[in-house]
Amino acid sequence: MVNLTLADIIPFLLLAARWTLLLAAIAFVGGTVGAMLLLLWRYGAPRVGGLATTLFIQLFQGTPLLLQLFLVFFGLPMIGIEISPLAAAGIALTLYASAFLAEIWRGCVDAIPRGQWDASCSLGMNFLTQMRYVILPQSFKIAVPPTVGFLVQLLKSTALASIVGFNELTRTGQIVANATFEPFLVYGLVALIYFAMCYPLTVGSRALERRMRISR
Amino acid sequence: MPDEPVPPMIEMRHVNKFFGDFQVLKDVSLTVAKGERVVICGPSGSGKSTAIRCINRLEQHQSGQIFVEGVELTDKVKNIEHVRREVGMVFQQFNLFPHLSVLDNLTLAPRRVRKQSRHDTEALAMEYLARVRIAEQAHKFPSQLSGGQQQRVAIARALCMEPHILLFDEPTSALDPEMIKEVLDVMVELAESHMTMICVTHEMGFAKTVADKVIFMDHGQIVEVAPPEQFFSAPRHERTKLFLSQVLSH
Repeated sequence: MVNLTLADIIPFLLLAARWTLLLAAIAFVGGTVGAMLLLLWRYGAPRVGGLATTLFIQLFQGTPLLLQLFLVFFGLPMIGIEISPLAAAGIALTLYASAFLAEIWRGCVDAIPRGQWDASCSLGMNFLTQMRYVILPQSFKIAVPPTVGFLVQLLKSTALASIVGFNELTRTGQIVANATFEPFLVYGLVALIYFAMCYPLTVGSRALERRMRISR
Repeated sequence: MPDEPVPPMIEMRHVNKFFGDFQVLKDVSLTVAKGERVVICGPSGSGKSTAIRCINRLEQHQSGQIFVEGVELTDKVKNIEHVRREVGMVFQQFNLFPHLSVLDNLTLAPRRVRKQSRHDTEALAMEYLARVRIAEQAHKFPSQLSGGQQQRVAIARALCMEPHILLFDEPTSALDPEMIKEVLDVMVELAESHMTMICVTHEMGFAKTVADKVIFMDHGQIVEVAPPEQFFSAPRHERTKLFLSQVLSH
């Protein structure tokens, strides 16, 4: 047993929380780009893209994230690609976030009335112009709450990266708890730090929603 | 050279279209000359909206041919986009872009499709808004306007692309009765400027005043094509007579 005071433990955990944030940021940015590509493929080439993106989404929604993480972490080295725990977790979470965000945003795009597509088509807009100036700006408004909701989940899901040995908040918590024999205190602090990271997102989302409601 | 015939603005040859097993258009053939104003009427479900939606490829036909200003509508995206730039459309539900101001609704396509400058397109937009008598609403959002005003904005939006042909898909059907006239007045003015127009409408008064020919459709077929005088006073087909007796009876 190691004697550590709260003043020792807290900075330790906060430093580890940076890695949690980094991983969440990678997954969110990667997932946003991935989901946007999936979305454009789906609507731009309904036949091939529709089928391929549905398959991709089903695959990642239908398997546990932990398993996806294992497949990347243990699978890539088998084909000769050595990979760090951070990279493995980043890749797995990006794919996972791409699938979920694509599905969330599909619903938001589908909620736009057919007449908006008709009108923009009839004005000679090509697909990308239509998406960029007519469909996505309208979808964005309804997409904010579910997207932030998913982002909160994603941030919490980064805890799974502890299992492949990535020293983020949860794994650091485990190490500290094992060293101090004070699991309740340490995991309690870990939970508080997760909460402190997620809560502002929810509040921010609500504020953004309110602002958009006023602006229109 | 002098014998070269002027190609029609729109030509549909033996067009067939299905929704699943249901045949919406049956062997529809139709030509529209430059400056011609055509009214299509018929009971609901007769395929009249679908027919005009085929002209700018909002719907695909399964067989037959459609030419717009000599360009055939096929799967070629380039042809489709070309045709859509030249063919404006006004919808029953207006379909304005709710997230954009009236002015931005008008300038979006000229700027992003025709690549004109913001300055030029705004001047053009104001001109057309004045023409549909709604210039003072330029900075409002569509939801702040009445139905009649929204439809006039939609007409101005279509005109901003300076199309050669305008399609109207029941433009007054979603309007309150007191607003129909303001929209029809704008349409009559357009007709008088010899814009090539096809209007799907139940406004028989409009058909009588401005149409060069009236087409009656039923069950996906063109039943009768006649100049309005003949169409209303001496329809040849039983189905036309029945339809007219129903829409003109009160």
